[in-house]
Amino acid sequence: MAGGPRRQYNNPIIRWIEYRLPIVSTMEATLGRDMPTPRNLNYWWSMGMILTVALAIQILTGIFLAMHYVPTAEGAFDSVERIMRDVNNGWMIRYMHANGASLFFAAVYIHIMRGLYYGSYKAPRELLWILGVLLLFIMMATAFIGYVLPWGQMSFWGATVITNLFSAIPLIGETLTTWIWGGFAVDNPTLNRFFSLHYLLPFVIAGITVLHIWALHVHGPSNPLGISPKGKHDTLPYHPYYTTKYLTVFGITLIIFAFFVFYEPLYLNHPDSFKPADPLSTPSHIVPEWYFLPFYAILRAIPDKLGGVIMFIASVAILFLVPFLDTSKVRSARFRPIYKQFYWIFIADVLLLGWCGSQPAGGIALLLARLGTVYYFAHFLLVMPLVGWFEKPRAIPEGISKPVIPKERAGFTAETSPEAAE
Amino acid sequence: MKLNYYLKIIFPISIILVTNFAFAAGDAPVPPKRQWSFNGMFGTFERDKLQRGFKVYQEVCASCHSLKYINFRNLTEIGFTNDEAKFIASQATVPGGIDDEGEAFERPGRLSDPLPRPFPNDNAARAANGGALPPDLSLITKNRNYGPNYIFALLTGYVDPPDGYELSPGMSYNEWYPGHQIAMASPLSDEIVDYPDGTKATISQMAEDITHFLHWAANPELEERHSLGFQVLIFLTLLTVLFWFVKRAVWRKIDH
Repeated sequence: MAGGPRRQYNNPIIRWIEYRLPIVSTMEATLGRDMPTPRNLNYWWSMGMILTVALAIQILTGIFLAMHYVPTAEGAFDSVERIMRDVNNGWMIRYMHANGASLFFAAVYIHIMRGLYYGSYKAPRELLWILGVLLLFIMMATAFIGYVLPWGQMSFWGATVITNLFSAIPLIGETLTTWIWGGFAVDNPTLNRFFSLHYLLPFVIAGITVLHIWALHVHGPSNPLGISPKGKHDTLPYHPYYTTKYLTVFGITLIIFAFFVFYEPLYLNHPDSFKPADPLSTPSHIVPEWYFLPFYAILRAIPDKLGGVIMFIASVAILFLVPFLDTSKVRSARFRPIYKQFYWIFIADVLLLGWCGSQPAGGIALLLARLGTVYYFAHFLLVMPLVGWFEKPRAIPEGISKPVIPKERAGFTAETSPEAAE
Repeated sequence: MKLNYYLKIIFPISIILVTNFAFAAGDAPVPPKRQWSFNGMFGTFERDKLQRGFKVYQEVCASCHSLKYINFRNLTEIGFTNDEAKFIASQATVPGGIDDEGEAFERPGRLSDPLPRPFPNDNAARAANGGALPPDLSLITKNRNYGPNYIFALLTGYVDPPDGYELSPGMSYNEWYPGHQIAMASPLSDEIVDYPDGTKATISQMAEDITHFLHWAANPELEERHSLGFQVLIFLTLLTVLFWFVKRAVWRKIDH
């Protein structure tokens, strides 16, 4: 990935490898001691590392679960209970996997919120952001498919509701849905292919993650000030500075994760998932996992089925366009007084949608979901372009590091700031 | 800085609120909270309650409800000795497979057998219970909102229907059952079970014991999970403190 002269190593084995495949120096240049990183990154920049850990946890626990899981409509539920009761430490592996999905989404949402706040998607990092949205899409598909595998009531009916969405597509909808199901309803063939895909997609995620990190490497991470490093005085090597800084976050994350796995493993779970799938009895209230609630609210807010499906997909896909919808030249919301307020309104709106998604559709929840949906899209399509035009950004510091900015000039002026000059 | 501060507070709180709202929905009455020995970080099961609860299951519930994920060998986990568990198993008659002449035969149970089911299939179970299917109890405390609190409330919640309430034939009225009309008649009555340890078998006592037992049947790993979890948390806390010191040592050398 990285060009330029290679580091010389003293260890003869590493030297031998390096001469043939410069993998060690490439890794060090990517996320190691040869990666210059802005020296002002705060803890919100640690989520990339947490996400990598979450992916590793999911793949490792998943491999062991797959050794004992039976992907048939007859055997799936029983095999999961066998894992919980008879497989050595099976309960721990399964609870880690089930709660690992929530960890993954919590981290990815913080990661995205950070990106939106500090404008990490702006030039020249548009493609980095787009790859990230693609990862989010595949993550969602993987999580949804994985939720089906235990073949409980929520699995089955969740799968039925979501796969039925494809039938709204004009002309080919019915045929497509039958093709996805492998039959005329969610059944054994559906479960079989979902298992196959659930094992495949994490490796697709891992592959695109490599591209994501590659793109990150080219221009380096953004930073809280949103101004590019002007030289060596503005950067620190990624290792040991950020590896050690983010290890602390890693430790705290593991503590929270362990608390859920060992003490509240079912806190985020729905009781109906402990009833085996029954095609003849619909649960009174079908709810998705917490991480899908805002999007589920948008799906149900639209009275038309096809319209609902389009908005449902658009609610995530619109993130692809964010780099082109935001017209402001200033990256960080720290220097954008108007955008900063809209940002928090937007976060509140997403939380409101999440609450609406958890309620039975109807009454005040449906009304709020509709208003929330309108605002959700207005934030991207109106607020982002217009605020960028009309907002007068605050003065931006000249450089990242303190030596460049003497203390007596701490109150910078707009004239001295090249990025706010226009 | 101030915004970071808000973000730190708002995000976890809102996740908790959203998830709480997600599952609190519904119009079923909320059963009162009870103190259970298995609650909390150091919660464990009480062996005498588990064994009494097993007796209630065998003598009362087992005539209609299966407990299919529990094997006789699992009984050693609730304080029975191996020989006691073997004896309990041998009292049961289980299908033994096909003999040399091709005939199905039955034999006494062994430790490796699951507890026998009261009905050969769901249709037989429905036919014997006026069309209602008695659910398997292995996961019942995980499969109901409010878990053990609900099971206890249900078992002690049989009351006379309010005036003017139209009860369908064969149904009973229960304060805590969603919709109040339940196909299961009140299963417990005073002294229906004879406890060998001299405990007085009141309805409330039996409901407490059977709920305790069923929560074990749904979470047989609970005690191991609680004790291992505590060790893991101590380890991770120490590790995180070390990480923090490493970070400080590395960053102290530079101006930041």
